[in-house]
Amino acid sequence: MAVAIVRVRDLFAAGMLFAIYSLLSAALFTVLDAGDVALTEAAVGAGISTILVLAVLALARRFEHPTGGHNLLALTVVFITGAVLIYATLDLPEFGQPDNPAQVHVGPHYIENSYSDMGVPNMVAAVLASYRSIDTMGEAFVILTAGIAVFALLSVRPRRRQAGIVPRRPPRRDEEDEELEVDEEDMAGEKANE
Amino acid sequence: MSDNGILRVVARFLIPLIMLFGLYIQFHGEYSPGGGFQAGVVFAAGWILFALIYGLENALKVISQRAMYVLAAAGVLLYAAVGVLGVLMGGRYLDFYPLLDSPHAAQQFGIITVEFGVGVTVATVVMLIYTMFARRKSEWEAVLKEGDDR
Repeated sequence: MAVAIVRVRDLFAAGMLFAIYSLLSAALFTVLDAGDVALTEAAVGAGISTILVLAVLALARRFEHPTGGHNLLALTVVFITGAVLIYATLDLPEFGQPDNPAQVHVGPHYIENSYSDMGVPNMVAAVLASYRSIDTMGEAFVILTAGIAVFALLSVRPRRRQAGIVPRRPPRRDEEDEELEVDEEDMAGEKANE
Repeated sequence: MSDNGILRVVARFLIPLIMLFGLYIQFHGEYSPGGGFQAGVVFAAGWILFALIYGLENALKVISQRAMYVLAAAGVLLYAAVGVLGVLMGGRYLDFYPLLDSPHAAQQFGIITVEFGVGVTVATVVMLIYTMFARRKSEWEAVLKEGDDR
């Protein structure tokens, strides 16, 4: 499925494949009994991300710009990195063993004490909101910062001509080919004006 | 999409359920999977569905853009204020024990309050980002039209 997402040129289809991918991940988390993570993945990954991708697609072209040729250097780098990562996974402890580092550090303390400390049955909520409260506050600030960033970028009214920027019309679906010509004309006009 | 009868009926049926589910995972987060982040996103998804079916302008009448700015900031401020309250009542920052006499009640009060702050921030920021993107298209069209008139 990841290969399909990379290969497909239709960005709408790519967005939908991403949503399905997220939903499958959410199902995987449910199988692993990680209810909180599964809920987050389903709501954020499959839900809101897809809506935002579609909102962006309404502004941009539907099809990816075809790029000719292959970049051999990039392919080599990707292959070497992938091989190193796969080699590194051989050193990982076996999945689900009770003496794994993840199971012997602070985990047992939380498991044993969270109910007597908090009286909250959902351990994840106890860890997130109380033991690790400052982390969660940082995350909330990250969300606010993301909102402010999008606001800063998109609240400026779009201008038709800006110095040094060739304006692009948002394309209409049925006129993809004509749009390209219009863009070229615009560019020619821009050069003539300069 | 507002003229499609099926969508209108289904949306009218689903939106209250989505929002109710959002509130459920917000306030039931200490007992079952859930919490502020998920609840905020689900609640905002209900609002976005309303905006898709009934139009952005109608959706902004429900909660204005100005209210979104205020609530987004108010959510994190509520979170930070609970932390400061703990300091004022003789504990450390974001230490919930001093808030109430019973330690369990104090922890639950603290957790519910900060999760509520997170939920409010996440919901309004998601709505805000959606509004920004959805409005961009009509802004572009207005600008292009203006340019064509010139």
